[in-house]
Amino acid sequence: MKHRTFFWFFMPTGLAMLLFIALPILSVVVQSMHTPHEAVLLTVENCTPFKCTEETTIDQDATAAIRSAEPLGRFVGLDIYLDRAHLAVGEVGGAWASSASWGEFFSSLSNLPFYRAMSFTLVFIFAVTPMVIILGLLIALSVNSIYARLRGIVIFFSLLPFVITPLIGALVLYWMIDSRGILGNLLQWMAGDPSLSLKASTGLMWVSLIIYGIWHAAPFAFVIFYAGLQTLPQDQMEAAQIDGASRFQRVRYVILPHLMPLVTFVTLIQLMDNFRVFEPVIGFNAEAHATSLSWAIFNDLGGETRQFSSAAATSVITIIGVAILLTPVLIRTWRDFKGKV
Amino acid sequence: MFVKKLALAGVMTVLAGTSAMACGIDARVSIVGNEFPAIQTVGAGAQECAGADVTTNLTADHQKINVPGMQGNPAEYTSAIIANSSIVALMNEDVIRPLDDLVAKHGKHLKKNQLVTINGKVMAVAFMANAQHLVYRADVLKEIGVEPPKTYEDMLAAAKMIRDKGIMQNPVGGAYKAGWNLAQEFNNMFLGMGGSHFKSGSAQPNVNNDAGVKALTMMKSLAEYMNPDFLTHDSNSTNAEFRAGNVAIMNMWGSRAATLVTADGVPQEVVDGFAIAGPMTAGGGSTPASTLWWDGWTVAKNVSDAEAEATFIAMTHAIRPEILADGDVATQAVWLIDGYKPTPAAVGVFAAAEANTIPYPMLPYMGLLHTALGNELADFMQGKESAEQALADVEAAYMAAAKEKGFL
Repeated sequence: MKHRTFFWFFMPTGLAMLLFIALPILSVVVQSMHTPHEAVLLTVENCTPFKCTEETTIDQDATAAIRSAEPLGRFVGLDIYLDRAHLAVGEVGGAWASSASWGEFFSSLSNLPFYRAMSFTLVFIFAVTPMVIILGLLIALSVNSIYARLRGIVIFFSLLPFVITPLIGALVLYWMIDSRGILGNLLQWMAGDPSLSLKASTGLMWVSLIIYGIWHAAPFAFVIFYAGLQTLPQDQMEAAQIDGASRFQRVRYVILPHLMPLVTFVTLIQLMDNFRVFEPVIGFNAEAHATSLSWAIFNDLGGETRQFSSAAATSVITIIGVAILLTPVLIRTWRDFKGKV
Repeated sequence: MFVKKLALAGVMTVLAGTSAMACGIDARVSIVGNEFPAIQTVGAGAQECAGADVTTNLTADHQKINVPGMQGNPAEYTSAIIANSSIVALMNEDVIRPLDDLVAKHGKHLKKNQLVTINGKVMAVAFMANAQHLVYRADVLKEIGVEPPKTYEDMLAAAKMIRDKGIMQNPVGGAYKAGWNLAQEFNNMFLGMGGSHFKSGSAQPNVNNDAGVKALTMMKSLAEYMNPDFLTHDSNSTNAEFRAGNVAIMNMWGSRAATLVTADGVPQEVVDGFAIAGPMTAGGGSTPASTLWWDGWTVAKNVSDAEAEATFIAMTHAIRPEILADGDVATQAVWLIDGYKPTPAAVGVFAAAEANTIPYPMLPYMGLLHTALGNELADFMQGKESAEQALADVEAAYMAAAKEKGFL
């Protein structure tokens, strides 16, 4: 394609990307480097139904004047990124200096919001992503080999977990694993321990969240792989059969290589989605056991006093995190692409 | 036939009477607020007004949406129903207007103590008082032969007896859900232990001390007698446990206690045994381990004067003294409305007020400390770290947030 043609072809998309992706990200970066002005406080008399008291309040006139002079707030550079709620550089340094062992160091790290969120998020990503791909592939292979007339209905039911709104799906599972719910009660009965509670133990809560993650995303992998299986060249399969390849060998040496680009695609999407894990943390009321960066943003914006700068910094860190996670997969895809050219 | 006509005439008179009281407005009214029964009544009351649209958005998530919904110009919400904690966020962002002129024009039957003034200006109109206090099962306490607990230490002793007798496995209830609820229970206990959240006259936190440790220790002891899922239980789930007969003693909001056992399907013994008492003290202190609250409504700053006036008229109509004629409404809350007579459901909140319970602090930085408490105390409650460590974490998390917001 000529450069000129390409330019006109790409311009509408490029403009939309600039407006809806690049500019908002830029605004978030700017926000993350500014904080509100120093509060101008005032002691006033407040009278409530109970009594009159001297209380501190914000001097709105003075604040409005400072705000109109510098609407962006105070420029603080990377301070927010480095404070305790984010990378906590000072606290990590302190923990490193005062810890006698690796165990002690990691336990003081897990006390800091960012590292606590990352430890759960990374475990979640590396448990859920491979399981989703394996399970998705197994479901696709099984559905592909059943009687054709049954496939429609089986596909429909296999897709249900993905169709359900994530928050609703999480809530459904949450009530089922409640100690008075059907699964929670069954587990108590099986373990013979009436005080067993999935929600009271961090480990079991993580397992529940991971199972939810797999349950929710496996149909997505399945439907992609199933579509890929429909384009499988039958002559190759027949040739493999004639050569005496077993069913496993056919999957390993014919089907898998054929589906490999789709595996890469599903991995990319899953890495991104799982890094932003959010709905199950809310749906399972799991804040006490597991948090994520998205949850931290939600929490910053959900308090009575909203912390925009903190939320903006966490958002930028999320973008950087996704970029780091995707790099290996992207490099691999790029090499394959170059190889083909 | 004659009787029927007479009855019909009676109904017509009542209807006519109602419409005579009805209010007329000529501009949009849009209300955001929490969702417990008394606020539902106020929302429905405002919607009786005719002449323009009155919409309500009553949800437990009101604190997340009221500020953004009032910052625009024109604001989406013309009124936010708030409490002494949440008015601070609206004041901090300067999104509500002084009501002095509207009070003079339309607020003749409002009582003086309903008007919440900040720096001499009326910023909100309070309509009810609230506090957390003891709710218990009289039948269960009678069975073990103890009086309703006056202190948290008595509560623990009673809980142990109930469990030892095999009546209930987890007799204590508590809204200990990680986040806002857990932090609120800490606030109660901390004030009861004689603590004060900030170093006097400054935004420096003051929770990592003896009172803080004692408060957490007591909360941990109570949690031993709670459903093991306590960190996921908010007020609604705690009430569900009480209704199901799994809980015998708990600290509960007055605004939710009154209607606790009126839900469908509550077992008869729970309905019969249900009783209310004042808040408990802790650690030998005389100040109740609770906080005193008022709920009221505000009017948005970024709306036209016509909308503000319509909102004031509708909201004043919703809390007019006549609503107390309905027996159900009268029991829903401790109303601050003229002519309110305390019902048996109100004894808890009245006892709290009489015992000099401390009102929840109305400070611009209290919300940040509340959030930090909610996030950092869960580790201690799960036994993952010491009380001192948890409180140090709270102070560190609060300091980071307060620095960002320019309070430190």
